Amino acid sequence: MLDRLHDHGRARRVFRLRILFAALISLVVVLTLLGRAAWLQIAQHDHYLAKAEKNRTRLVVVPPERGRIFDAQGEVVADNVATYQVQITPEHSQDVGAELAMLADVLGLDAPVVEALEERIRVSRRFDPVLVKTGLDEVERARIARLKPWLLGTEIVSSLKRVYPYRELLAHVVGYVGRINAEDVKRLDPDAYQGTQYIGKTGIERQYEDRLHGEPGYRIVEVDALGREVKVLDTQRPVPGEDIALTIDVGLQGVAAAALGEYAGAVVAQDPRDGAIRAMASRPSFDPNLFVDGISHKAYRELLEDPDRPLYNRATRATYPPGSTIKPVMGLAGMEYGLIDPDERFFAGPYYQIPGNDHRYRDWRKWGHGWVDFEESVFRSVDVYYYDLAFRMGIDRMHAFLTEFGIGQKTGIDLPGESAGLMPSRDWKQRAKQQVWFPGETVIAGIGQGYMLSTMLQMANMTSTLASSGVRHVPWLVAGDRSPQSRLKLSSDDYWQRAREAMRSVVGHERGTAHKIEAPYPIAGKTGTAQVFSVAQDDEYDAEELERRLHDHALFVGFAPYDDPKLSVAVIAEHGGSGSGTAAPIARQVMDFWFDVEPDADVQPEFSERGD
Amino acid sequence: MASDRLQPMRLGDRLGATLRSVFKLDPVLLFFVALIAMIGVVAGYSAAEQSEAWVERSIVRLGLGFGLMLLIAQIPQRWYFVVAPWLFAVVVLMLVAVWLVGDMGGGAKRWLDLGVIRFQPAELMKVAMPMTIAWFLARRPLPPRPLDVLAAMLAVGIPTVLIAGQPDLGSSLLIMASGLFVLFFAGLSWWYIGGFVALVAAAMPVMWFFVMHAYQKQRVLTLFDPTSDPLGAGYHTIQSMIAIGSGGVWGKGWLQGTQSHLDFLPEGTTDFILAVYAEEFGLVGLLVLFLLYLAVIWRGLWIAEHAESVEGRLLAASISMTFMVYVLVNAGMVLGLLPVVGAPLPLMSYGGTALVTIMVGLGMLMSIRTQRSFLGHDR
Repeated sequence: MLDRLHDHGRARRVFRLRILFAALISLVVVLTLLGRAAWLQIAQHDHYLAKAEKNRTRLVVVPPERGRIFDAQGEVVADNVATYQVQITPEHSQDVGAELAMLADVLGLDAPVVEALEERIRVSRRFDPVLVKTGLDEVERARIARLKPWLLGTEIVSSLKRVYPYRELLAHVVGYVGRINAEDVKRLDPDAYQGTQYIGKTGIERQYEDRLHGEPGYRIVEVDALGREVKVLDTQRPVPGEDIALTIDVGLQGVAAAALGEYAGAVVAQDPRDGAIRAMASRPSFDPNLFVDGISHKAYRELLEDPDRPLYNRATRATYPPGSTIKPVMGLAGMEYGLIDPDERFFAGPYYQIPGNDHRYRDWRKWGHGWVDFEESVFRSVDVYYYDLAFRMGIDRMHAFLTEFGIGQKTGIDLPGESAGLMPSRDWKQRAKQQVWFPGETVIAGIGQGYMLSTMLQMANMTSTLASSGVRHVPWLVAGDRSPQSRLKLSSDDYWQRAREAMRSVVGHERGTAHKIEAPYPIAGKTGTAQVFSVAQDDEYDAEELERRLHDHALFVGFAPYDDPKLSVAVIAEHGGSGSGTAAPIARQVMDFWFDVEPDADVQPEFSERGD
Repeated sequence: MASDRLQPMRLGDRLGATLRSVFKLDPVLLFFVALIAMIGVVAGYSAAEQSEAWVERSIVRLGLGFGLMLLIAQIPQRWYFVVAPWLFAVVVLMLVAVWLVGDMGGGAKRWLDLGVIRFQPAELMKVAMPMTIAWFLARRPLPPRPLDVLAAMLAVGIPTVLIAGQPDLGSSLLIMASGLFVLFFAGLSWWYIGGFVALVAAAMPVMWFFVMHAYQKQRVLTLFDPTSDPLGAGYHTIQSMIAIGSGGVWGKGWLQGTQSHLDFLPEGTTDFILAVYAEEFGLVGLLVLFLLYLAVIWRGLWIAEHAESVEGRLLAASISMTFMVYVLVNAGMVLGLLPVVGAPLPLMSYGGTALVTIMVGLGMLMSIRTQRSFLGHDR
């Protein structure tokens, strides 16, 4: 007890000493500040007074012009246009109320707008200009100019605004700029963004913000005693942002979007020779111009709540089961691992069963396909062939091989927000679901169903790898200084050729699933469907009775010309039913445009729920 | 003291007694604070180009601020320490939530959206930190034992790191300081203090290379040579020093400042109000203002010394010294002694959030001064 009292007394004494010490520190701080002030105001007074006298100069920041964005043909896809705005500075005005009334009359402003402006002028500082109207036309400008002698506080200033002339067409690729908000400010170098109003928010505009933005310049101007500019003393021009050229061809992009028609979905077209993306359409889309000056809350809600999700990039962000489109790659894996001989025939019945298990894995064709070799298994899309192959391969080898083709891996394209998709494995399942891997899951993975998910961009890139017999590129939209090329080596180059031949037969062979898109130039490809829901055992698969939203997604991947591939295309038409009916004709239309072939009016997407 | 009561009270005394006993305000502190606020309005009127609308808004804000102070002062101080640990825990949870949500949302880190109101947990932490550390240490033998020091350091460190990562380096340093001041007043051994100073010195290069953004480094560099970056941070410093230096001993007179009125000075009513004031009122004006700030700090320390509970003592002392740091950071920036960080001058700068935090702190000081537990004697 005594001890504690003693301690208490000691703490009290220490506290008093510390208080005294703190008081002393505060005194020292205040004296230091005063000392500094005295040095500035006494010792340096004459120096600074002279500077202040001469300080009739003011620094005006001139923001840089943002770089424009072009397509591969030099069409402007993101432009800056001058808009005129009229503003009023109360300080310079004789009678703000009267001036505002005149402006309201000339510009035809409504009473509530005028009231809001009056309120705005009342609360803001007298030297701050208040924006009256933006986007003035020539007539309005002329009227104001004529009244200028009576409008002392009014001035017309021009400013640059970002415009996307192709509106919906490139919204997901180019993205948009928006007003700099509080979040952006924290990331920015405030000096470099002085006077800048907009910053890239999504797409290329965001990815290449540093190159597009440029560096601000400034003018040093002399002002009179009232702060009016008298003359310009020095000018440092701003460094305008760099113009950027995309690999996208607006024409092809337009055809791709039009070919999708009313379907939600995506088309990705890539040059297999260098990995350049020639078209990347995602439908439905939105008008990026809405976002530039701040979208209204209501319009934004509508976009967000639209069940078709127009803001969602279906080419790089959405992931779908790749379905049968991975069968050529599965075949390659089978040959590489020595599990199949492409010439050997295999009996494909109506279903597959894991040895010692009752569960039936059904073929899409109810009565099966009979005896088929590898080529036939691709062009007739024989599910049972791949159930068997997948089971013998096992998920580990399948994981290793498909990962090489980029399934479950971000491609590394120069766009923000790309999804990785998913290539399932034992590890993944243990981590994500705390479950062991079941053999049945391997079987359905063999036809690209189950957990496997990929983006259309990955599908196009995978197709390019097949087209070029193993050359892999990082897909790109803007030329940069990277070395994106790598080569996938198999034990025999002949395997590539077998897979390519089989894909050619999908279109070229009269029993191929996509034979109806056979064109004057040779197309190779693969159809597929992505199940929207899984069909229960022994349930009759009857798409017609279901809502449109429950129809399967239609897929097609392909490249052309077969002997010298110049374009790879991946298509998904959501709820399109079958790849052969819907997705393949869309790809054909895209290829026709690219190879300058008169489109075949007979080749139109038509809905069917059969044919893979 | 006792003999005072026998004499007839003078008007001033009676007013003081009323303020103390009925409104729970400390007249001395109130006097200095009100004077500073008045100077702020006078200087701000000039900086805002004599806008009456600005004065109106400014007075409304100050009125609300003083109202808040009055409200806080009514709360018996022991209640603070009942609430403190809970508030602290909730704010730490919010900071973690901001960190997680912000991570997923990609942005929106500093603001936690709670339906209608959006607020910054960091601002709440400025209040919660000294209260909690004071509450914690007061319940243990003082001067603190090593294990208690360690626990307190953890309680200071976790929110500091979370806020620094938001990223809000300025707030996190102020919050850390307010917590460390409590430890200092609790009698932390000079060995620890020396060690901490050494640690900070060692951390400087790490901060420089790994934590600070390029533009922040630029601001530190321009401190040594403002002309090196005339377009950016250096511009503010140069203009501010010209305004102050040209003011001289007596100043150019109210509304007569040329530098501030020709828009050379950025943010005249907020961060750089001191430069506007110094140009027009000179060294004499600064002397008066700085002495007023010193008076507020010393009164706060005096209140701490005379507080009856241990936690009240620690809290009051920490609030006073944190106030001192606010003044130092802003005045140091305006006078060209410290880098440009965008910190307001307490009670002078026009602005909402900062005023609220300051007024809450002052209200707590008043409460500690005037509210006594039932065992307490009246002086």
